[in-house]
Amino acid sequence: MTFKKMDLKPETLAEIEAAIPKYPEAQSAVMPLLHAIQKDQGFISNEAAEWVAEKLGIAPINVLSVVTFYPFFRQHKVGKRHIRVCRTLSCAMAGGSKVCDKMLSEFEAELNQVSPDGEVTVEFAECLASCGSAPVMLVDEDLHENLTVEKAKEICDQIKAEGTK
Amino acid sequence: MAIHPREQRLILKYADEPGYTPHIDSYLEKGGYETLKKAVTMEPQSIIDEVKKSGLRGRGGAGFPCGVKWSFVDRKSGKPIYLICNCDESEPGTFKDRQIVHKDPHQLIEGMMISCFANNVAKAFIYIREEMPYGAKILDQAILEAKEKGFVGDNVLGSGYSCDIVVHRGAAAYICGEETGLIESLEGKRANPRIKPPYFPAVLGLYNCPTIVNNVETLCNPIHILKMGADEFAKIGRPNNSGTRIWCVSGGVQRPGYYEVGEMTLGDLVYDICGGPLPGRKIKAIIPGGSSMKILKNGDRYKGKNPDGSEYDWGLEDIPLDYDGIAAAGSMSGSGGMMVLDDTVSIPAALANLMAFYSHESCGQCTPCREGSLWLKKITSRMVHGQAREEDVDLMLSVADQIAGRTICAFGFAVAWPVQSYIAKFEEEFREYAAHLSDPNADRQAIKELACNG
Repeated sequence: MTFKKMDLKPETLAEIEAAIPKYPEAQSAVMPLLHAIQKDQGFISNEAAEWVAEKLGIAPINVLSVVTFYPFFRQHKVGKRHIRVCRTLSCAMAGGSKVCDKMLSEFEAELNQVSPDGEVTVEFAECLASCGSAPVMLVDEDLHENLTVEKAKEICDQIKAEGTK
Repeated sequence: MAIHPREQRLILKYADEPGYTPHIDSYLEKGGYETLKKAVTMEPQSIIDEVKKSGLRGRGGAGFPCGVKWSFVDRKSGKPIYLICNCDESEPGTFKDRQIVHKDPHQLIEGMMISCFANNVAKAFIYIREEMPYGAKILDQAILEAKEKGFVGDNVLGSGYSCDIVVHRGAAAYICGEETGLIESLEGKRANPRIKPPYFPAVLGLYNCPTIVNNVETLCNPIHILKMGADEFAKIGRPNNSGTRIWCVSGGVQRPGYYEVGEMTLGDLVYDICGGPLPGRKIKAIIPGGSSMKILKNGDRYKGKNPDGSEYDWGLEDIPLDYDGIAAAGSMSGSGGMMVLDDTVSIPAALANLMAFYSHESCGQCTPCREGSLWLKKITSRMVHGQAREEDVDLMLSVADQIAGRTICAFGFAVAWPVQSYIAKFEEEFREYAAHLSDPNADRQAIKELACNG
């Protein structure tokens, strides 16, 4: 899907307008703008990158180079819920891999792919800075800690229940 | 989290108290912002002197003395001075700044405002990692509350000094924890670290202006230094290791978590406070200060000479738990992220896990790091997945040796140190893998799960 023109929600536009004057130089607002747009549209399209460039008075390549550098910015859609299971050492020692397998099998999904029902995208993430309560994962913005395969199943059930509402 | 009786909490004193919230009222009830009120009546230089005298060292990784760092700031350039709080907290094993930001954000803001006033900072930023979305919201809200009370913004507490704080969210790149990479990122670019010289942040930092970059925990300390006086502060911990430190312990212990302590040994923390290994297991090794740091093997003796000429001969548990103690044992206290590996952990698999991390996180700017980290990922990966080659151990060392010291930033060391130290301490385990295409007795599933590298 492409955006012929940017069709952003009013609150996204307000967030963008508020972000720019916070910085001494406009280019610094690239990341806040990309965050706002990705939250609004789910990903960063080429049109969005060009729109941000124009908004900040910089070249489109300067925006695209940021989009492609940072793992959180994406140029493709993800499922309704974005699930990131930590794979780094402390979580791996505590069974993060099994948690990820459970999330994938519950949604019959492949790693990094939107599940067939469109509900989730499950990915591995690098250290989420909560190693004392490993293994952990982020479901969108919510951190789930001290996970087990059983807890993972409960979270899947909850996501499915919310999805059918 | 329950506070252990052996903890000495300064920074996290109220964070886990029932009923204590991130709201400014909680902080004010505990005497919050009183030190800022005092600070804005002081000579800025006298605050810098006090921080210098306290011996406070950076809590983010390198352990550089904070007051000395501040004294490097170019104050004659005529350009604005910036302060950036590094809340990227991306070093695997570390989760202390998370506690401060989520539970006691106003302490960070007060500490930042004191530091900003002392250094005549025009504008401050908090660079917080994307994976802490609530942390960013909590900080935004806390800054609003602090502005309403006159602690942040124009004419702070009627002093005539003005300074704003802006929260800036990252986007999941580890390299943003490196201070010059962070600065590039804050300028809206890829986080490629800058070369020093000339880009020392104190002279050519954000927008090529003088810039101070300090860690979250570091920036909370000036409050306590001014409150108790530099001399009292310096009495906590051994000389040159002053103040408390928040240690983050994860992996094979009974009570993982964050613990703020003064002077003690590594054994006090791991065995007494954290309860030692899980039943029936033994501690095999400890990564003391985040995943980049060299590994310490249990059973080894750590020997050497003290500066006064006396000799030390420590077991793992005897190592003093501070910058100099861990350095004397051949590693670094880093960010305080301690990972405990018990005897169920395959060292080559643990290394494969970390090499996947470093390969993913290399910014790609320097050839030795970009190519070398990928090589190391591939070699460690084939090693644990049954396709090891006889030459692999030597090849890994050769690649690591060619990365260390040959890159713009310290990430090169962060990739090389685990390889070099794991092989130095556990060479037999690696050779065993290499000779048998992998450990023939290994639990393949367990190793796959630990390496977790696809």
